[in-house]
Amino acid sequence: MPDAVLSVENVTAGYVPDLPILRDVSVTAEREKLTVIIGPNGAGKSTLIKAVVGLLSVSRGGITANSQDITGLSPDRMTSAGIAYVPQTDNVFRTLTIRQNLDLALQKHAHASERLSELYKRFPVLADKQRDKAGSLSGGQRQFLAVAMALAADPVLILMDEPSAGLSPKAAEEVLDHAKQLTSFGVTILLVEQNVKQALKRADHCYVLAEGRNQIDGPATDLLQDPALGRIYLGGERRVSA
Amino acid sequence: MIGVISYLVFFSTIAAILAIAVLGLNLQWGNTGLFNGGVVASFGAGAYGTLILGGTPQDGHWGGFELYYPLALLGGMIFAGVLAWVVGKLTLRLRHDYLAIATFGVAVAFENVMRNATTVTGGAQGIRGFERPLQSLIGSGFTYNLMFLIAVLTCLALVYVFLERLTVSPFGRLLRAIREDETAARSLGKSPDKVRLAAFVTGSVIIGLAGSLYGTFYAFVSPQDVLPILTFQIWAMLIVGGAGNNKGAMAGAFLIWGSWTFSGWALSRFAPVEVQLYTGSIQFVLIGMVIVGMLLWRPQGLFPERLVVSQPGGGSRGKTQAEGLT
Repeated sequence: MPDAVLSVENVTAGYVPDLPILRDVSVTAEREKLTVIIGPNGAGKSTLIKAVVGLLSVSRGGITANSQDITGLSPDRMTSAGIAYVPQTDNVFRTLTIRQNLDLALQKHAHASERLSELYKRFPVLADKQRDKAGSLSGGQRQFLAVAMALAADPVLILMDEPSAGLSPKAAEEVLDHAKQLTSFGVTILLVEQNVKQALKRADHCYVLAEGRNQIDGPATDLLQDPALGRIYLGGERRVSA
Repeated sequence: MIGVISYLVFFSTIAAILAIAVLGLNLQWGNTGLFNGGVVASFGAGAYGTLILGGTPQDGHWGGFELYYPLALLGGMIFAGVLAWVVGKLTLRLRHDYLAIATFGVAVAFENVMRNATTVTGGAQGIRGFERPLQSLIGSGFTYNLMFLIAVLTCLALVYVFLERLTVSPFGRLLRAIREDETAARSLGKSPDKVRLAAFVTGSVIIGLAGSLYGTFYAFVSPQDVLPILTFQIWAMLIVGGAGNNKGAMAGAFLIWGSWTFSGWALSRFAPVEVQLYTGSIQFVLIGMVIVGMLLWRPQGLFPERLVVSQPGGGSRGKTQAEGLT
């Protein structure tokens, strides 16, 4: 039995009651692995992440993280459960400086200054620009800041919603590379991506969602070679009809 | 000459009281992004609270507890805070325009309750029988007004220093973060609902302090003092001065109150008689035009928000956002 940090079991959730976007979705993120969720637009990928972090209510099913039932836990209590969330957009505070952004994330940290030094060491570009407004950073640098803020509270699990969205190919690769590197520092990553090939190259495991349901899942290297993936991903084939 | 000085003292006292209210609104809107359309309710709660607690017993209505003045003042602020807590609990999950409409509705309801709950508030007659503190010692003339102005300016300075410290504190940073992006703040483990409520109540207590001082200065308050126009005046002061900047908020209070009183004087002196009948209405239109004009041409106000920059070794320095950072 693999060591699962996050276990989403048969979750049904949506933005409006009685109109579920996700239907009986199950996903597992194994410890210190990079798990990626892909699927066409409207598949429910971001909805899944939002349901996990408590931004949407779950009408059926359960979510366990670190052996703790987090179903329905409010988003602000996720960090104390060891879970960090990096939203797709607006994930940094643009009018605050980089230092202020990090100070906010470190507010409850017992050893804030040591942790700040570690984060600067890991992201030298943030140290160089610590007095600049976050809004002045490039897209890739902004993602690094968002990840650094997520890392501030020493999370066990980080959920990232399309971290490469809107980035240049080079910046997107850097961000995904970094996500992969984090797993070797003991962090489990679950990320939603549109950049399928790049994500699969780095991921350990992959889930494909479409129409709010699980389609297929398996080791990322296997799915990278799977011709069915393209058809599903491009919307040509569904294993489950609505 | 003494007449001019006396008037300046009177003008400055009212402007300084309104400046305190604008600072309270600045905490809510400028720092936290809470669109409080019911500023006058907090103002009125402070004024009524202080006069009910500190006034002398009157026939026909409840109150007149003759409390020691500092306690009455504190009581007025607590009234404003409790009202804000209840209103905040009910409305703060609303956003922007919905919050503005809801809080505006609360302010209109407040005025109507004050007008109709005669046994508690004196109804349309207002609350009388309040003796201003130390009046028996100093008298009620120019000296008293000057002393009162000094007391109000002291309160203004204390509120300003408190809010400036709050702005550079971790809590102030959190307020600005929540103003900017609530989801991102939640993702960092922050609880925007609690923080928004804390900012709303704190701002309302400060506005309540302004109301308490206003009621004390006139030793009287009636529903005419809590009309919706006061909300718009205080908003105009903040918009003109610069939301997010405490110095700007204070400057806006003096500028708009100066313009308001000057326009009233000028209209009554120079406008044709038939126009003078509409002086109040013309002033309302002018306030509206000032708000719209500023929002169109200088939305950041005359004194834009200062960006507080953390120093690597601690401490902070400020720059306006317009200046940017290098």
